[in-house]
Amino acid sequence: MSDTHAQTVPYVRKTMVEQSPPPASEIGVVKWLRENLFSGPLNIILTLISLWVVYWVVSHVGPWLINGIWDADSLSECREIRNATMGEGTSAACFGVIGERWQQLVYGFYPKEAYWRPVVALLVFFAGLAPVLFASLPRKLLYFTMASPFLMFMLLWGGSIWGPIAVALGFGVGYAAIKLISPINGLLGTVAAIVLPILYWFLIAGPLAGAVNSVLPIGLEYIPSKDFGGFLLSSIIGVAGIFLSLPLGILLALARQSDLPIIKWCAVTFIEVIRGVPLIVWLFTASLLLNYFLPPGTNFDLMLRVIIMVTLFSAAYIAEVVRGGLAALPKGQYEGADSLGLNYWQSMQLIILPQALKISIPGIVNTFIGLFKDTTLVVFIGLFDPLGLAGAIRASTEWNGIYWELFLFIGIMFFIACFSMGRYSLYLEKKLQRDHR
Amino acid sequence: MVELTQERTIDRSHMQVSDEVAIEIRNMNKWYGSFHVLRDVNLTVQRGERIVICGPSGSGKSTLIRCINRLEEHQSGDIIVDGTELSSDLKNIDKIRSEVGMCFQHFNLFPHLTILENCTLAPIWVRNTPKKEAEETAMHFLEKVKIPDQAHKYPGMLSGGQQQRVAIARSLCMKPRIMLFDEPTSALDPEMIKEVLDTMIELAEEGMTMLCVTHEMGFAQAVANRVIFMDQGQIVEQNEPTEFFNNPQSERTQLFLSQIIGH
Ligand SMILES: Nc1ncnc2c1ncn2[C@@H]1O[C@H](COP(=O)(O)OP(=O)(O)OP(=O)(O)O)[C@@H](O)[C@H]1O
Ligand SMILES: [Mg+2]
Repeated sequence: MSDTHAQTVPYVRKTMVEQSPPPASEIGVVKWLRENLFSGPLNIILTLISLWVVYWVVSHVGPWLINGIWDADSLSECREIRNATMGEGTSAACFGVIGERWQQLVYGFYPKEAYWRPVVALLVFFAGLAPVLFASLPRKLLYFTMASPFLMFMLLWGGSIWGPIAVALGFGVGYAAIKLISPINGLLGTVAAIVLPILYWFLIAGPLAGAVNSVLPIGLEYIPSKDFGGFLLSSIIGVAGIFLSLPLGILLALARQSDLPIIKWCAVTFIEVIRGVPLIVWLFTASLLLNYFLPPGTNFDLMLRVIIMVTLFSAAYIAEVVRGGLAALPKGQYEGADSLGLNYWQSMQLIILPQALKISIPGIVNTFIGLFKDTTLVVFIGLFDPLGLAGAIRASTEWNGIYWELFLFIGIMFFIACFSMGRYSLYLEKKLQRDHR
Repeated sequence: MVELTQERTIDRSHMQVSDEVAIEIRNMNKWYGSFHVLRDVNLTVQRGERIVICGPSGSGKSTLIRCINRLEEHQSGDIIVDGTELSSDLKNIDKIRSEVGMCFQHFNLFPHLTILENCTLAPIWVRNTPKKEAEETAMHFLEKVKIPDQAHKYPGMLSGGQQQRVAIARSLCMKPRIMLFDEPTSALDPEMIKEVLDTMIELAEEGMTMLCVTHEMGFAQAVANRVIFMDQGQIVEQNEPTEFFNNPQSERTQLFLSQIIGH
């Protein structure tokens, strides 16, 4: 910088420097390799070790997968085919078991002639979900979304069509209560909207459905919960748990922030108790203990009990995740909403929750993925999830002794479901990105 | 300090003060825990008055104006806004909040909504204005604060001065009868301070009742008809601006003025 002093102190730039391309050593494959894989002795060693591990895994699993035998009816047949074509001792998977038994893994003991019903239910599920997941679809589709739980229930369990319709009417009762009573008295309207539907469901819905059914019996063949199994069971528990626990978890998070001490302490106690005990204990509670508390003779579906427990369990986690999101919002957002005259529910719905939930997306989806995988725990209380069925299949004479192939299949199915949830959460986060950071 | 008066003549034709009382605060006290923040505050604001509140940091200026729309709760005394007394009745609070606009130091725009949505949200949900009408009103006020072309952007894409003007427009969309400002320019660069102050002066010219916490003494001299000096939670001195600046009575005020005019 020898010319610093040669210049006079005031300085005005006369020509601007144009942008120029980076030097050649800064681009290309070789540069990438050198920078990312071989940038120093430690990195070179780590790269070589990783390559060796990858080679080792592929060289062991690869032939097993490639040699896989698909058309066999039993493990012994598999072995014969292998010995005949590839020679004894060759590593070869026996995927025949999946070809022969996949229906059992997917549907459990659901009657074969009714397999179309879960399939249609799945289509209804995706059709109902689409407008929720993708905001670009027409909003009118949300009416179908509202009807879809009842439709799916009808398809899966069957029975008289009037049952689900009578239950759905309960929500109509609640809505009517809000519309009619709230303008007169806000608090009374809210209470009525909660109490009236409950009274309706307990006292009127059953007899009403029965009465209409005796006049006009329409319905599908009834399939009891004990016939459900496999991925059908896992998905029903998982999906119901996910969709029920989200609103419940949000309410719990709001309750925990409440200014009213009673509400606050109820929420805190609930969350801490539920979180503090392993899910499996709650499942045993659901399957065994509830029988002692319920009046004798009540037939309270085991699957429903499990759904309730799973929902409560993940709601406690969701509540904590959402609370983190609520706490991360600057106080100014609450004040901005308040200063405009929005009431509590409006500011929550329009300002606070959209932002808090956005922050909480990774945590929420994480909880959902955990919940979905935890549905495999129901095997311990005698429900047949995919793992339980794998056990049953291995106990049969044809497939006695097989296991990797089944677990691989089950693993892949779970992976697909969980991976899609993870991807969707990334998509959502990107889409909701609104600031430049 | 940004000079305003030389560049712009202020139209005082609408700046009349009426006899009607807009805000009345009587013997108001507030504590944070055991800390006595506001001590026996008495203040009457006529409709059309423009009041500037100044004072050292921590003197309770923000707390005072936040009590007026109940962002903070006072513990004793009365606050009557537009004839409605502030009590714990939620209906009254929401009513007062929808009549009283407020601008914050950090704007508090809603980052997940566009500028237009920020402006139409409250009219639609609180006033039940049809969406189309709310959007027309919003565009009208956005034009007034000179940023109609940003309507479909998100707040994060705007400069600080633009954001504060949006915040003013957002409050105006509720057609408030009183506007509160809590240091609206102190988070802004000098260039942007001027654009926000210009917007506020325009508001004053239209006869809006305004309470501004600000250290922009140029603004106070240009539009205020009363300057209030607060210290340690009390109103120490109030006077019309020329007198206040040229002939401060209390020692505290003199000290404060010498400090802020000094630089
Ligand atoms: N939430 C709170 N809890 C406890 N003390 C508070 C709280 N908010 C403010 N205070 C205290 O009350 C006093 C008055 O605060 P206030 O924000 O009204 O001051 P201010 O005059 O607006 O100051 P500034 O010019 O820095 O904004 C300060 O001493 C502050 O520390
Ligand atoms: Mg302040």
